[in-house]
Amino acid sequence: MNTSLIINLTYIFSAFLFILGLKKLGSPATARKGNLLSSVGMLTAILVTLISKDIVSFKWIMLGMGLGTIIGIAGARLISMTSMPEMVAVLNGFGGIASLFVGWAAYLGNPQLNTFSATTIIISILIGGITFTGSFIAWAKLKEVMTGKPIMFPGQQVVNSLIILGVIAASVLFIRDPNAGLHFLWIVIGVSFLLGVMVVIPIGGADMPVVISLLNSYSGIAACAAGFVMQNNLLIVAGSLVGASGIILTNIMCKAMNRSLSNVLFSGFGSGSSAGSEIEGEAKPINVEDTFMILEAASTVCVVPGYGMAVAQAQHTVRELAEQLEENGCEVKFAIHPVAGRMPGHMNVLLAEANVPYEQLFEMDDVNPIMESVDVCMVIGANDVVNPAAREDEKSPIYGMPVINVDKAQTVIVLKRSLGTGFAGIQNPLFFKDNTRMLLGDAKGSVQGLVAEFKN
Amino acid sequence: MDTTTIIYLTFILLLSIFLGFELIAKVPSTLHTPLMSGSNAISGITLLGALTLTGSEGNDGLALILGVAAVTFAMINVVGGYLVTDRMLEMFKKKEGSK
Repeated sequence: MNTSLIINLTYIFSAFLFILGLKKLGSPATARKGNLLSSVGMLTAILVTLISKDIVSFKWIMLGMGLGTIIGIAGARLISMTSMPEMVAVLNGFGGIASLFVGWAAYLGNPQLNTFSATTIIISILIGGITFTGSFIAWAKLKEVMTGKPIMFPGQQVVNSLIILGVIAASVLFIRDPNAGLHFLWIVIGVSFLLGVMVVIPIGGADMPVVISLLNSYSGIAACAAGFVMQNNLLIVAGSLVGASGIILTNIMCKAMNRSLSNVLFSGFGSGSSAGSEIEGEAKPINVEDTFMILEAASTVCVVPGYGMAVAQAQHTVRELAEQLEENGCEVKFAIHPVAGRMPGHMNVLLAEANVPYEQLFEMDDVNPIMESVDVCMVIGANDVVNPAAREDEKSPIYGMPVINVDKAQTVIVLKRSLGTGFAGIQNPLFFKDNTRMLLGDAKGSVQGLVAEFKN
Repeated sequence: MDTTTIIYLTFILLLSIFLGFELIAKVPSTLHTPLMSGSNAISGITLLGALTLTGSEGNDGLALILGVAAVTFAMINVVGGYLVTDRMLEMFKKKEGSK
């Protein structure tokens, strides 16, 4: 058998493992095995590629693989669960830049290209570049190295349109004569980096779940384009699987916010133009002791976590509180909004880290119908996803977004750092409702106080 | 690249996209983060392309540097992605029954 046949047969096997692995990722019980299968598929694909006749020198390959492995292992071990959105963003970015380099190096190795190959190289470079810089801007926003607020300036749409026209023109000129077009390629590379920055800066922190999913999809599409460049089936299969999964997640996130993708990408949501109707009334503060009294008397408690819980690193103390409540004969549920936190499923990961059984985690649609029978709803660091203005105030920017109807519970306790507006700068009438009490202060400290009260 | 190859590759692309949609649409929201980091690791498959380019004959200068950089970044993507996903899924798993 010749090596090319062996390689291709093994690629089929790897593709099979990727597909099986993704299928098994669909259920918590089999997910870990699914990930393992997928990684075995990757390992076999890498090993069999190394026997290819095209590869004659291993020195540089080993350097790159060794370096990448060390950095990869260190990153995966050291990162804390609360920083997972940043980690995913960075990994997306690396995938993107790798596709860009592959496209670029493929051109340098063989500049005599036909139109189709030149087009695939351009796509690989363009999407790879956008994914790279876009992911790093997303990382900077998540890490709060730069402001999480949308960055808008006058004429932004015009500037963006000019950039896009520029990249199209440079691409067409390159594709017409790839052999003489190195300087056009430089322009495409530069502009793709610029485009990645421009696309992500007008997006607010609360919309990050959409951006992360979208960049995830891009990294897949970039790999897919690199597959066309290299004429490699497995790259195309794996890349499009990832591309499709990212698009589905993006779509789920948009639906959860009742907004279209273009609205998320271009509207600069939450930049402060409209904050909805002004609210009359007074927020009623509560202290830890009184909160404890209410919780002690409750027979059903529903916890609604948000990004604030991640910031305060309060997930472990929240689990302790849930255990104390259960010992007290109380039923505890966690209600998780699809866009709570900074990436899809962010809250689930944190609660899983804190050992909250996933049987206790409920989706918004399962919790809302029974909300009226809940004695106490504890909102921990969530704001927009529990804002009743989404149902009641047509002037509110988030009007129409599906929210967890915490205000329908008997009592709502909101744990919050201060009385300011949330990330999107939108007024939240929940804080002024008759059945709402505000437990102000650091969420972790407050919950620790409650746990201590229960233990006494 | 001849037309037959293009059509053949496009065929594969089309079928994989549909397969991807079918596979992912059923994943519960609890697993969205591991799904994302896991599929992210798969997108590091670009590594295969990077390996072929870097190891091929007569590579020097810029092309070689780009190749090595591509191998490194893709490898970080693959190794980091799978490990971090495994770390997350381990937490999802271990609490059935015992704490």
